[in-house]
Amino acid sequence: MGDFLIASLVDGLLLGFIYGIAAMGLSLIWGVMNVINLSHGPIIALGMFGVYLAFTGIGLNPYLSLVLVAVGGLLLGVLIYWGAVHRVIDAPHLSSLLATFAVNMIIIGIGTALFTTSPRNVDFSLGSLALGPITVPWTRVAAALASALVTALLYLFLQRTQPGKAIRAVSDNRAAAELMGIPTNWILALAFGLGTMLATISGGLIATFFPFTILAGGSYELKSFVICVLGGLGNPLGALVGGLLLGALEGVIPAFMETSWVPVLEFVLFILILLVRPQGLFGSKS
Amino acid sequence: MKATGGTLGRVLRDPGLWLALAITAAIGLWPALAGNRAYARDTTFTILKAVALASSLNILLGYTGYVNFGNIVFFGLGGYVGFYLMDVHGIHLALAVLAGALAAALLALLLGKAILRLRGAYFALATIGVNEAVRAFVKNFDPFGGPVGMTLNFQTYRAYGGADQALWTAYIAMAMLTLITVLVSYLIKTSRFGLGLLSIRENEDAAEVLGINAPNTKTWAYVLSAIFPGMVGVLFFFKNGNIQPTDAFILHQSIEAIVMVMLGGQGTVLGPVLGAAAYQLLRLYLLVSPIFKNIQLVVAGVLLLLIVLFVPAGVVGWLRSRFARLRRVLV
Repeated sequence: MGDFLIASLVDGLLLGFIYGIAAMGLSLIWGVMNVINLSHGPIIALGMFGVYLAFTGIGLNPYLSLVLVAVGGLLLGVLIYWGAVHRVIDAPHLSSLLATFAVNMIIIGIGTALFTTSPRNVDFSLGSLALGPITVPWTRVAAALASALVTALLYLFLQRTQPGKAIRAVSDNRAAAELMGIPTNWILALAFGLGTMLATISGGLIATFFPFTILAGGSYELKSFVICVLGGLGNPLGALVGGLLLGALEGVIPAFMETSWVPVLEFVLFILILLVRPQGLFGSKS
Repeated sequence: MKATGGTLGRVLRDPGLWLALAITAAIGLWPALAGNRAYARDTTFTILKAVALASSLNILLGYTGYVNFGNIVFFGLGGYVGFYLMDVHGIHLALAVLAGALAAALLALLLGKAILRLRGAYFALATIGVNEAVRAFVKNFDPFGGPVGMTLNFQTYRAYGGADQALWTAYIAMAMLTLITVLVSYLIKTSRFGLGLLSIRENEDAAEVLGINAPNTKTWAYVLSAIFPGMVGVLFFFKNGNIQPTDAFILHQSIEAIVMVMLGGQGTVLGPVLGAAAYQLLRLYLLVSPIFKNIQLVVAGVLLLLIVLFVPAGVVGWLRSRFARLRRVLV
């Protein structure tokens, strides 16, 4: 029992890092422009397929192809921003929700036509790490480390660089930022691109150890909602903590009840937090 | 919704109501005229179901301005409760439909006060959470058959004069229910209660200052928008013959209902009727068309994007603002 709990908790926490960066993408977009990106799930799935195609097509190492996937994700996000989000950025919530949902339908439609919905997997292994009672595949450890690295880079980017500071300025007060000479529309496009980039990276990392279809992003999108609410919508670092919390929860619950109860508890928790503390457990913005 | 003599006369003389009802009735009568009647019945059932779901969603989305992404939870829950009563306790379809309505109304009443305190996107997220939580719960709930769900014993259809007759019974009930949904949607919109909803949509704080009890009013709108999906669920799964968690709580269907409301025109009575019919016909066409069969979702997505970006008021809303004279007819 004790060994199982530890092994399962470690497993959950390692996954939690990846949940964290997936949610961070959603949270970044939400925080900067008040848009909930409902195309988040399919974009995560595109990240999975990016790694898969590079690996099966030209035999590229998944961790190298992640760089390509990230760049692709960034460009895709900028494209989606200009094509679907820009016009409705100041419209009521329903408009941006539906616009991004339309993008969701388009991506899933194209993905289904190209790849069908039969499961794929990246046949890639780094062996396993054995530590006393627990054995973890190295791919999981590498994915957690990569997620931590991505988080650190994002943090540095937002705190130290000129465009990062511009993103934070636009997030705080768009009108004032515009008056200071910041090209706010391009900054919004960049922020959207960074959000989708994080989504594709998380998808690419998940693809190194789980099988997937073009629809696989949906459950990670739902998890991202839960995590964003745990960590506070619009708070990227809170998203990582929220991801770890959710991962830990997913690791611990199976020790006490059947795994199928995990989503029940997750979503009940989600609703309760929304009701009691809509700014999230660590939310700063009111 | 007090229907005093004066208002009754006004209601009966409103061409807008008659147009909405006539279109709904025309859809419902289609299988009687079609060549392949069984095929037309199944197709039209889907359209009627969409009209009923979109019209009830419109009560909260269009009239009250609350974006509900999880309205399908009431369809699923009502369907499950009704199906359980028919399958396990042998209760008649008519009573099962009422039970489905009751279950949906109860859930909405219990949830409403709590989650309707959330506004904007937070409410939308909470409704997704509710749908997912209920689905995950039903998956674990053994009386409802857990992850595999339940299958109706074929004998059950005997009580309705055999399977074919049972399907027609379900169809006629569905057509009547859709008409009632559209009628109720109209009555709400033109009532004092509906005026309260519209004022909450425009400015909730101002509405409260003017004496509208917003929490109660919103909750009743939520309950009303839950009752009809609850009943539709029972009819649909009775016709279907089996029910599973993955069929009953499809988040995607919920969002499709939003698309239909937007397409036709949110906040209008006729909009959801036209939007649902058009959306379903388009889907049907795309599914059988050799060119678009594989990319029907892409076409639907592009269409949705164009509507959201360029015609946010929907077809009826656009017509109303473009041609003032049509406002009397297009409610």
